[in-house]
Amino acid sequence: MPLYRDEGIVLRTQKLGEADRIVTLLLRSRGKVRAVGKGVRRTRSRFGARLEPGMLVDVQCYEGRSLDTVTQAESLASWGEAIARDYATYTAAAAMLETADRLTEEHEPTLQQFLLLSGALRSMAERAHDPGLVLDAYLLRALAVAGWAPSFHDCARCGAPGPHRAFHVASGGTVCSVCRPPGSASPAPETLALLAALLAGEWVVADASDVRHRREGSGLTTAFLQWHLERGVRSFRLVEREQPPGRPPARSALGTAG
Amino acid sequence: MYEGAVQDLIDELGRLPGVGPKSAQRIAFHLLQADPDDVKRLVEALTEVKQRVRFCQTCGNVAEAEQCRICADARRDRTSICVVEEPKDVVAIERTREFKGRYHVLGGAISPIDGIGPEDLRMTELMSRLASGEVTEIIIATDPNLEGEATASYLARLLRPMGLRVTRLASGLPVGGDLEYADEVTLGRAFEGRRLIDV
Repeated sequence: MPLYRDEGIVLRTQKLGEADRIVTLLLRSRGKVRAVGKGVRRTRSRFGARLEPGMLVDVQCYEGRSLDTVTQAESLASWGEAIARDYATYTAAAAMLETADRLTEEHEPTLQQFLLLSGALRSMAERAHDPGLVLDAYLLRALAVAGWAPSFHDCARCGAPGPHRAFHVASGGTVCSVCRPPGSASPAPETLALLAALLAGEWVVADASDVRHRREGSGLTTAFLQWHLERGVRSFRLVEREQPPGRPPARSALGTAG
Repeated sequence: MYEGAVQDLIDELGRLPGVGPKSAQRIAFHLLQADPDDVKRLVEALTEVKQRVRFCQTCGNVAEAEQCRICADARRDRTSICVVEEPKDVVAIERTREFKGRYHVLGGAISPIDGIGPEDLRMTELMSRLASGEVTEIIIATDPNLEGEATASYLARLLRPMGLRVTRLASGLPVGGDLEYADEVTLGRAFEGRRLIDV
């Protein structure tokens, strides 16, 4: 059976049998694959610790009929460990990993999704920005990579130059007063500016945004994603958006990150 | 495919975790050839376990009365509680004979991707146990994986403001293993949790 080696991010793991796990990996050049990690739940496993969700690994697998088998794994970055130390970051990262799993197809290479997810996980592990903002930025960009880029300025229907006040999920973003379908939302202009900044990676604007605009933006982003995925992402229910009292501010808010 | 009762038995055995169709067939034929008394004992054990065994009202461990053997034992230390994911973990820790306190079984770990949140675990019951003020230390012994660590973070955030000593089981090298075979995550944690040698 052919062996292959690739870099990959562990998206999720599921228990299999006595001591094995099915590991879902997003590989740099092969796309999403599902592989069995044999004996990885045993405390003496040589690479069990490297096959945890959120880890960036260099894996060697051999191809199987339905599932591949991991034969070696070397850790390149253990973001998962740093992420799990903060509960709010963990819930946001879990939502990102689940979204990546839903947006990608098995054995279809998608380098952009891989790079986007690795960047977002690194940012979360380094506490570079608020985890809720990183999650929303990731969701918007992952949708854009998948071909569903939302519009936050021009009309998503007729292309009339913006800014426009109405936002309609099914139409693909902001809509002009002529195209505005019934049931469109009317978010604050600052919310639309925040979402545009998250999509473009303008972190200075995003980090300076107000909590209520972040909350409104998160709602629109989630609705936009779920509408395109045509089913719910389970992790969203548990994402902790508000920073609990006593939690340190994001590093960028202290002026230490760009 | 076999006739009626044999196929029914294979189907039922095949529903057990870790038992595939081939294993189910092998077990079924073993039972067919076994001594009738052995089979009777197995049937009685299965019936009894469903009738008598329940979950401890205090800690969530498996019990045959309202309280499990550990919660009912007056000699156990009442000031410390070890929080674990499953009843199997209680047995693993009891085998060490190091811990003399009591346990609290959560019934799993927080896993957003599987839709399991804090409200799906026995967190409220843990909080109720702390109301008396008798407990001074909580030892978090969830699995050393991503879900287990996140559950520990959540619990620590919840419990620290209550003025309790919240500790987490150390992670490190397995006894009897070679250092060169240790993965960097485990070795890194072993360094993080290194201790002073008392001589």
